[in-house]
Amino acid sequence: MHGYRYIEGTATLEVDRQRCVGCGNCAVVCPHRIFALSTEGLEVRAPELCMECGACARNCPVQAISVAPGVGCAVALLSAWINRLLGRKVLSDCC
Amino acid sequence: MPQVATTANARDLWGTVGARIGIIRRNYRVVPGLYAVGSPGPESSVLVTANYKLSFDALRLPLTGVDAWLLVLDTRGINVWCAAGKGTLSTEEVIQSVNRFRLSEVVSHRQLVLPQLAATGVTAQEVKRGCGFQVLFGPVRATDLPTYLHQGKQCDEAMREVTFTLPERAVLIPVELFLLAKPLLTILALVFLFSGIGPSLFSLTAALDRGLLLLAATMLGIAGGAVLTPLLLPWLPCRQFWLKGLWPGLALAACTYPLFAPRIAVTEQLALALWAVTVSSYLAMNFTGSTPFTSPSGVEYEMRRGIPVQLAATCLAVALWVSRPFF
Repeated sequence: MHGYRYIEGTATLEVDRQRCVGCGNCAVVCPHRIFALSTEGLEVRAPELCMECGACARNCPVQAISVAPGVGCAVALLSAWINRLLGRKVLSDCC
Repeated sequence: MPQVATTANARDLWGTVGARIGIIRRNYRVVPGLYAVGSPGPESSVLVTANYKLSFDALRLPLTGVDAWLLVLDTRGINVWCAAGKGTLSTEEVIQSVNRFRLSEVVSHRQLVLPQLAATGVTAQEVKRGCGFQVLFGPVRATDLPTYLHQGKQCDEAMREVTFTLPERAVLIPVELFLLAKPLLTILALVFLFSGIGPSLFSLTAALDRGLLLLAATMLGIAGGAVLTPLLLPWLPCRQFWLKGLWPGLALAACTYPLFAPRIAVTEQLALALWAVTVSSYLAMNFTGSTPFTSPSGVEYEMRRGIPVQLAATCLAVALWVSRPFF
């Protein structure tokens, strides 16, 4: 999977290492294995692998992780833009 | 208690084909509830899934020789990861299902195994607080469940990582093409309209002759963006998908150049190539939603760059194509 790196510097993932209690939930749920937990604390290994699914932040017991979660889908985003332009509600999407 | 098989019959196979093509994808569901595989008892594991039939099959089919309970949530027929992202596979839905199907009367333990990808929508601690059941996030792929259960509910690192292999990408192509059927009708009408406009207002012969060429260029673009891009994804240069889509479009345009070129003017050649590459770029960008690694921030970033270019290229291609009969 490490061949699939997306655009650098775009993901909104932020970690507050001061707050982290080292439970390791984030490291368990991350589908791209970007967290490493060591004696030094929590480390984000490769932020450009983050797809902002939000699983880590949702399962963090102390809100040490923040990310704007969502689905990385151009079709969904485009229909949201068009709907906003036309003042419609989002009717349907593809998945 | 409904008992489910761990083998697929002919109906399951046809259903999978229908869902993968896209015909029945939106309405391929299982009734939510508690199911049994093998002969589970009060100590047996509870495996949770979505009520999309492909998700249900993905879970049950690898479970030959396993005794377990399957708790099927009501995710409105959406697969695990999408439902978790959309909020139909949620903490509340897990708690409600545990209560509705009286799980605590069926099993003596208080543990649920959820697919790891459900974590996008489910907060483990809140499920525990809400219904007393501890949530364990199992492997990403259900095929790893027998090993996971055998290892005392422990995942190897590889079981926790999402992959996007060639077969995993190839299987998405039919739906990509199926979703194009409707927009293609509109494009077809425009193709013949733009091809027929001329000094005599509208020529039906030109509409058909030139229209077929423009249609062929459209098909090339579709082949580039919706077939070659998924297949060649890891090897296409650039990170942004609208840029990735340029390469297959350019390659196909170059390969078919000798077929087109002798019959038409240079401006028309340019228009066709531009259109094919633009379609390929646009469809490659649309493929972001089918991959398991694109972030919404990244997709927005690339759309703000790609769409203006695609729009400009489309306008230029149309202008070149429509203006040709007037010179």
